[in-house]
Amino acid sequence: MEAIDIFSYFLLLLLLLSGIKVVTTSNVIHAAIFLVFTLATTAVLFILLSAEFVALVLVLVYIGAVIVLFLFGVMITRAPLGPNAELDNDQNKLFATLISLSIFGIFTYILLETFDSTVVITEGTSTKLLGELLLTRFVFPFELVSFVLLGALIGGITLARKDNALMDEDQI
Amino acid sequence: MSIQPILIGAAALFSIGIYGILVRRNAVMVLLSIELILNSVNINFVAFNAMLSDVFLNGQIFSIFIITIAAAEVGIGLAIVLMLFRNRETANINEFDLMKW
Repeated sequence: MEAIDIFSYFLLLLLLLSGIKVVTTSNVIHAAIFLVFTLATTAVLFILLSAEFVALVLVLVYIGAVIVLFLFGVMITRAPLGPNAELDNDQNKLFATLISLSIFGIFTYILLETFDSTVVITEGTSTKLLGELLLTRFVFPFELVSFVLLGALIGGITLARKDNALMDEDQI
Repeated sequence: MSIQPILIGAAALFSIGIYGILVRRNAVMVLLSIELILNSVNINFVAFNAMLSDVFLNGQIFSIFIITIAAAEVGIGLAIVLMLFRNRETANINEFDLMKW
């Protein structure tokens, strides 16, 4: 067993532990912080798999922007800060555990039966090639995604804006 | 390095996200669990890209697109949660049962 194997096992263990904490903690802010841990571990795993640009995008977009958005969402919807026993739906817990374990079992069975290769870790950077491909071979989806972002921007503003006509008591 | 532990880890993260979606009561927490699921899919894409040593880097480019779409999805999702909170004074998804017969 090489050092890189041990390191990747350690990373995966960290990933799963912080992922479990995200869904089991009873504190809203702690869940967001543990999501940061999960995403940071994923970024390290991406660097290990020689995808350093994806790791940087993950750190910038998720840890930089999405987590802040989540904290704003927590703040605006006035979720109780601190431990909160009302956060989980206790009657669903057994059912949810059963479903998620069966999904995990099916996935594990299929993936272990199908894939048994080794990961090729290339030396050097793939960022230059990625940039060239993004603006040549994948230029149409790249532009399309910018329109999706524009639509999300306008839609978000329109939804979140205070509209006095909708706020009347008799219309709801 | 074998690909199997990475795939199993991603599958475990996926099932953790499913558990979170089913068990959480606050709508913001459900969105958080959806992020876990999208993250596990990204891990799979990058791992397969490294496994196939793809010249066109399809896996990495797809995961960048997934990250972008996920950011848009979070923006819209939180705007919807905000709107629901304004109208119903709660972010508890058990109480949004208008479409339930």
